[in-house]
Amino acid sequence: MSNIPQELRFTKSHEWVKREEDGTLVIGITDHAQQLLGDLVFVEVPEAGSSFKDSDDCAVIESVKAASDVYCPVAGEVIESNEALADAPETINNDPYGDGWIFKLKPEDEGAYDGLMDADAYAEVVAEDEH
Amino acid sequence: MLIFEQSRSGRTNPPQAPLQDVAIDDIPDQFRRQSKPTLPEVSEMQAVRHYTRLSQKNFSIDTHFYPLGSCTMKYNPRGCNTLAMLPGFLRRHPLSPDSMSQGFMACMFELQEMLKDVTGMKAVSLAPMAGAQGEFTGVAMIRKYHESRNDDARTEILVPDAAHGTNPATAVMCNYKVREIPTNDQGDVDLEALKAAVGPQTAGIMLTNPSTLGVFERKIKEIADIVHEAGGLLYYDGANLNAILGKVKPGDMGFDVIHMNLHKTFSTPHGGGGPGAGPVGVSQRLEPYLPVPLLSKEGDQYRWLTDNERPESIGKLSTFMGNAGVLLRAYIYARLLGKEGMHRVSEFATLNANYMLARMRDAGFELAYPQRRATHEFIVTMRKQAKELGVNAMDFAKRLLDYGFHAPTTYFPLLVPECLLIEPTETESREDIDAFIEAMIAIQNEAETTPETVKQAPYTLPVRRLDDVKAAKELDLAWKPE
Repeated sequence: MSNIPQELRFTKSHEWVKREEDGTLVIGITDHAQQLLGDLVFVEVPEAGSSFKDSDDCAVIESVKAASDVYCPVAGEVIESNEALADAPETINNDPYGDGWIFKLKPEDEGAYDGLMDADAYAEVVAEDEH
Repeated sequence: MLIFEQSRSGRTNPPQAPLQDVAIDDIPDQFRRQSKPTLPEVSEMQAVRHYTRLSQKNFSIDTHFYPLGSCTMKYNPRGCNTLAMLPGFLRRHPLSPDSMSQGFMACMFELQEMLKDVTGMKAVSLAPMAGAQGEFTGVAMIRKYHESRNDDARTEILVPDAAHGTNPATAVMCNYKVREIPTNDQGDVDLEALKAAVGPQTAGIMLTNPSTLGVFERKIKEIADIVHEAGGLLYYDGANLNAILGKVKPGDMGFDVIHMNLHKTFSTPHGGGGPGAGPVGVSQRLEPYLPVPLLSKEGDQYRWLTDNERPESIGKLSTFMGNAGVLLRAYIYARLLGKEGMHRVSEFATLNANYMLARMRDAGFELAYPQRRATHEFIVTMRKQAKELGVNAMDFAKRLLDYGFHAPTTYFPLLVPECLLIEPTETESREDIDAFIEAMIAIQNEAETTPETVKQAPYTLPVRRLDDVKAAKELDLAWKPE
């Protein structure tokens, strides 16, 4: 079973979102997603300053099995990216919700976060996937 | 061990056969190299042994059943090779005038005509040097078509989520934005999602039919109508042409452009990176944009048309006319089969796949699309084995090598978890197909009783499990002298 922290929000495409006190969002991929992908060998993070719409592909993750896009959960501007992933993509495998974060976003609309799935709803998505 | 690592400085080896010396007196000094090239200094015997050993390590269609889904690893008839190696073909210089290449050009022209006939397209160009270049050519023509009509708003190419990764890559290389279309649980394109996605921004859709899921796209006419009505064009990825060869024509399905992988369907050698050939066929409206040189026949003379005669062409794709040797082998293969034989290719390719599907289902393997008939390939999913036994699709694939079978395609298409994509092709005997299924059943038994046996495989090959993470992260492809 994969780990789904209660305090985070999620997307159907397996990104997790954490809201910081200043309203910015930290985004990564879930434990379930990293399990599906297997050992990661390459991560391309979005550039700070770039803007994305909701559901735009904004990062690329490659494992030994597949290449996969990461989708921007809500519209906004990237304020920081986890550059350390370039040299150590396996960080996402080892610590998907911690050091494996991918980028930080300043959302266009702060309310958009509340529209994302909570942990229970995401657990159902994962259960369906595993069925 | 690399042949360079066997090199010893100063070792020379006089030629064992008379040498045909080439005079270089007329090459000016400034064009002659001053230092010796970095070549291994080994004896002829060492070179022979080195390459013979390498060939013995090869797991190939010549030595093993190779049911690698989506790749159509069929037998390459030796006769095609023999005839393509006739001295008249081998020694033809690509810069020799048309008048001295009429025989070769006649073969190419006939190939062009046969491909037109079997795909139902209006015109064919042999120029693309591989499948990926064929794709690029196809989408470049779609772009040129919209540009010539000043239809600048068309910025998107639609690609089903089941597609080969080359499709979105091609669209991006042609400066399009990719929009993904979902697949329904029956393996068909989701028509409602397609209707919602098309519009004045749609340049076209790239489809593989049968799809990578090993099923025929049943609503293809509706898909064609939806995309055409929106002003977009239809691109046919010829990856799975083997399933419908001589039976259904992409032209009749409403496609505007198609690329064919001759190295798959027309049995030219492949694997190991080519060379391939990816001719393109087009409908009437894309005909002016075909790449050059394009072969024409005037009276009984063959002639290469260039952009002088074809001003709207997207241009040249390589220095010459295409991969001559590959095209020749495909031509000979087509001539050996004849029109009747082409029907039989797809009949036996689909029969073999459906026979395997039925036997694997009866043996308890889980099919990805149990309600669908297979085309020339089908998918089983190992998700139950992975979850309950801890033995995944890759473990089965590796263990198959010990049993003397090349593994099917693993983990593609991405839509199906823990999948094996199995394509027997029409050239396998029933005995070989049965032996493969028996091996799968034996591995299933091992997975249930001694899973570690399967997880540690292979045991009988020159190498055991490779560290594919390290291989991907620390690419080490070129030898450099120390």
